Amino acid sequence: MRWIWIDCFVEFEPGERATALKNITLAEEHLHDHFPHYRVMPPTLVIEGMAQTAGILVGEAREFKENVILAKVKRADFTGYGIPGDQLRYEATIESINDSAAMTSGLVLRQGEEIAQVDLIFSHVNQSTRSSEMPDHNFVFTGMFMDLLSQFRDKAKQESSTTHAK
Amino acid sequence: MTTSRDEIFGKIRDVLTDALGVDDDEVLATATLQGDLGAESIDFLDIVFRLEKEFSIKIPKGELFPDDILNNADFVDGDRMTPQGLETLKQAMPHADFSEFESAPLVSKMPDLFTVNTIVTYVENKLAAV
Repeated sequence: MRWIWIDCFVEFEPGERATALKNITLAEEHLHDHFPHYRVMPPTLVIEGMAQTAGILVGEAREFKENVILAKVKRADFTGYGIPGDQLRYEATIESINDSAAMTSGLVLRQGEEIAQVDLIFSHVNQSTRSSEMPDHNFVFTGMFMDLLSQFRDKAKQESSTTHAK
Repeated sequence: MTTSRDEIFGKIRDVLTDALGVDDDEVLATATLQGDLGAESIDFLDIVFRLEKEFSIKIPKGELFPDDILNNADFVDGDRMTPQGLETLKQAMPHADFSEFESAPLVSKMPDLFTVNTIVTYVENKLAAV
């Protein structure tokens, strides 16, 4: 299994906000254990989905020069669950960003209905602030995450050229 | 309109209860952030962001909580700060109360400088300068 909990971006305003989608399917192994007769996406993985959405937004805001590490879950309030067949929509907004960290707020919606609020704090780790145990390359924004953003931008470009061609 | 010290304290108490998950009555003026309120290093980022939002101020890195002084070899000698280090720290933190710390400036006691009162004074100075 690949550690990626969003399928695509559908909105991306650099430095401001981003929206990603996640389709929950029964092909996901963990759903068969969580729980055997009541399959729901674990809230911890919903938080991870928001962390990936907001983390890419934060990383892009500083041109992916730094590793962006999830430092703290400020708030995670759940009022509902996602089950197989559902589509989750992660809406992340940057509230504050500076040299050392960023704070984001986020809503999770299931078929348009809000099921969670997840607010996060990220820490920027660069060459001068990384600890000796950390690798010296960018280990957060690997190809998998960068592809998500490239796919969104390619699609947006295609749609824009199609609109202009009409 | 100026904000009174009591009003500033009230808002900071709300910030700290939200950021640290502590009760209102634990946030005393003399409470230390780490020792009494259980703050960890990551919580300091959270507190700074919340203060910026609550008071509409900008807090430059290291201004409220200086974080690089202990990395300077001239400022630390074994388990305590050198006179030069102590002087630098006092200049960096005019909002802190050094009366107890300076008599025995042990590095391990430095977190005790970060009290609720330290933040209140910092914000008070910051708002007065606007």
